[in-house]
Amino acid sequence: MSEEYSFVGKRVPKLDAPEKVTGRTVYGHDMKLPQMLYGKILRSAHAHARILNIDISKAKALPGVKAVITAADIPDMRIGWARDHPVLKADKVRSVRDEVAAVAAVDEDTAREALELIKVEYEELPGVFDPEEAMKPGAPAIHAEAPHNIQEKMRQSYYHGDVERGFEESDVVIEDRFRLPFVTHCCMGTSFCLASFSPSGDLTVWSSTQMPFLYQRDLSMTLGIPASKLRVIKATIGGGFGSKLDMYPFEPICVVLAQKTGRPVRITFSREEEFVSSPTRQPVICDIRSGAKKDGTLTSREVRMILDNGAYSSWGSTTPLVMMLTISSLYRVPNVMYDVVVAYTNNPYSGAMRGYGNPQATYVVECHIDMLAHELGMDPMELRLKNANQPGDVTGQGVKITTCGLTECIERAAESVSWKEKRAKPGSRGVGMASLIHVGGGARIYPSDGCGSTLKVDDFGKVTLISGSTDMGQGADTVMAQIVAEELGVPLENVSVINTDTDITPWDVGAHASRTTFVAGNAARLAAADAKRQILEAAAENLGEEVDNLDIREGKIFRKGESEEWIPFAKMVRGKHFRPDGDIILARGWYEPPTEKQDKEFRGNISAAYGFAAQAVEVEVDTETGEVRVLKIAAAHDVGRAINPMAVEGQIHGGISMGLGYGLYEELVVQEGRVLNPNFADYALPTVLDMPEIECIIVETDDPAGPFGAKGMAEPACIPTAPAIANAVYDAVGVRIRDLPITPEKVLKALKEKEAGGEAER
Amino acid sequence: METLTMRLNGEEVTLAIEPDALLVDVLRQQLGLTGTKEACGEGECGACTVVLDGQPVTSCLVPALKAQGREVCTVEGLASGGELHPLQKSFIEHGAVQCGYCTPGMLMSAKALLDRNPHPTEQEIKEAISGNLCRCTGYVKIVEAIKAASSD
Repeated sequence: MSEEYSFVGKRVPKLDAPEKVTGRTVYGHDMKLPQMLYGKILRSAHAHARILNIDISKAKALPGVKAVITAADIPDMRIGWARDHPVLKADKVRSVRDEVAAVAAVDEDTAREALELIKVEYEELPGVFDPEEAMKPGAPAIHAEAPHNIQEKMRQSYYHGDVERGFEESDVVIEDRFRLPFVTHCCMGTSFCLASFSPSGDLTVWSSTQMPFLYQRDLSMTLGIPASKLRVIKATIGGGFGSKLDMYPFEPICVVLAQKTGRPVRITFSREEEFVSSPTRQPVICDIRSGAKKDGTLTSREVRMILDNGAYSSWGSTTPLVMMLTISSLYRVPNVMYDVVVAYTNNPYSGAMRGYGNPQATYVVECHIDMLAHELGMDPMELRLKNANQPGDVTGQGVKITTCGLTECIERAAESVSWKEKRAKPGSRGVGMASLIHVGGGARIYPSDGCGSTLKVDDFGKVTLISGSTDMGQGADTVMAQIVAEELGVPLENVSVINTDTDITPWDVGAHASRTTFVAGNAARLAAADAKRQILEAAAENLGEEVDNLDIREGKIFRKGESEEWIPFAKMVRGKHFRPDGDIILARGWYEPPTEKQDKEFRGNISAAYGFAAQAVEVEVDTETGEVRVLKIAAAHDVGRAINPMAVEGQIHGGISMGLGYGLYEELVVQEGRVLNPNFADYALPTVLDMPEIECIIVETDDPAGPFGAKGMAEPACIPTAPAIANAVYDAVGVRIRDLPITPEKVLKALKEKEAGGEAER
Repeated sequence: METLTMRLNGEEVTLAIEPDALLVDVLRQQLGLTGTKEACGEGECGACTVVLDGQPVTSCLVPALKAQGREVCTVEGLASGGELHPLQKSFIEHGAVQCGYCTPGMLMSAKALLDRNPHPTEQEIKEAISGNLCRCTGYVKIVEAIKAASSD
């Protein structure tokens, strides 16, 4: 186990923490370049309207304004994976966040004033704000290409087995509808972009992106600027959580403003803009039917979903592909059917957000497991254990489960909240739990799911890892440095990590799908192993020794089995360098996970490993006010191996706070397409006072494909929290809340209905 | 323009400011002290917290002229003589920093607390940072870090 390692498994403080605690870190928001201008965007006044005329003359005439642009000033290219989103809107607006015009001015106040001088004439169109309404005949069409308001490219049907026969063979079948709301990332640092052209026409963009290489490609395609002349530098960002996975209109707008003015331009979102104009988690209407035998064996699961896509297709509309993993493969279910339709509305459009659809899918599936258990008269924990995935399982979707600590996670989480003693007891306290499955070894969505690393060792023994990976605050740099120090056998303080610049770093698909530790970690390890081999070969030659007899530890080369005559490895590096036929130590590592793309029926093993977890919670419900107080959350996560347990705990804590917000507090209130609570006073982000006691239980299953056994674990922490709370509320007071968030009003209403003897609750 | 004189991180500073300038803008834009973050502009998130005469204030709501003749401490003034403040060390050691955007505000709220109450209870720590939002850490390690710094 980790005792045999020097750096893996150690609570290493983050490498960037000293800079951050002293206020020295320069975030994108803090950056200024000489002559820099400030960009601002005019957004639509209506959720759905035709643009009749845009008059920019007064704005252009305002002193200090250097450029005003509209759709006429940029290439008519559409962005987003479905290419349905114009950068600046020419003929029509489809949501209130739609970009209509933009200005660049010498300061922010002037830019704001200029926006007020732009006059846009609209002809309002009837809007549609409910995905079910949007699909009805006669609903106003939002895109001419989609007359029924359906994103046809995401209309999916998946099955394995035969659900109908499964239901026929079931002793118990239940069916319910759930609704999941709009929530949003609330990164403390808002979105930004800083674009600057060199006199020779090379473009540098300092971006808040999590995916520098896909971003480079998208920006290039949108603006017709060759990617070879486009350098993306990932500036320090204030959190990502998926919000910075796509390229959004403000980014090409920023570049065009820089192009028009010949000066650097920065656009930074205000908090209100971040709430209104950055993506959301996708709202879901879900019908689920589940069946089981009397003894608790799961037989059949049928899930039908309607997603509110909003006005355009960003990554949010592709989340069904991730939801499918949970629906097909969480627990052993022989018959599964999943059908999804994604409808355009005039609402805000959704994007990627931590868990990428899995919080919604897990909410529905895990509430239903609980409801099945109550219908069967079983302990919900026992039902989970009976059907838990096991190592070696291949699920109906072709998902190959290798390491799997789900059973241990369920047992240990339950034990931590004294499940057996506390479950189904009188009073208003209750316990509940939920599990999860998520990709933990990359996710083959693109033709390549790889990551590149180069590694150089200088004459003084300094080791620089140049990695394609992206650190957005989660601590990837530190984990990469630990992996390199361990593999190479050098002190951690010798290792630094560079990972911010597409001109320097090798390709990586980006920070998504909890893949960085696994994929970039494997790439870093390969590069370190390559460097070690080069150094040992040099040393073998120098010492007249066989390579296999030498090793490196604590930065010194030694003969295996002998502790004496240790030689600093830097001396061997110099010995190789400073001679007539010399060479330097420059190593490489490219890791492509051994996975496959899904076939047309969505079958295939897209990840090289899968993460599992179970969270158990204890709640107390105030039956007078309906308020739910979470007393404790026990989070047992199978992480393969914790390269840095302190960072793993940090991910679990942070994920739980996001899951707690999803479960109890957060909702972006959208009415007729308008966000009514675009600020922290009205959007209830959990504060420190809302956080319960948390026990992190790290389950290590030592995955053979992971770097030192590690699997991805960052998204999972936010996934099972909300259903575990909902299940605990049911255990406490016997009401089932099907629509998040579980507000006091909903609990009170359900309690009243229960008292009045309404429908029998599960 | 008005003249503002204040004691900033232990040194007297005098500069000309717009009469309606906010303290956060004077610090960040005019004085280049970008350690103080602005994340909402409405006093709701605490990222811009600085210490004004011993009290934590959200500098995005404080007119800069309110600092006239008073003592202001920002995150840049927390370390002294190259030595990190115990809170800074503790935040590093306990993993209380992830993206770091809320960190300066958290540190300043915590400093104001420890200056007036060197040995706070866990509840007092939580109340002191209850106006500081964080999306990354779930606050657990921040509370641990403040607790550890206060017991040193």
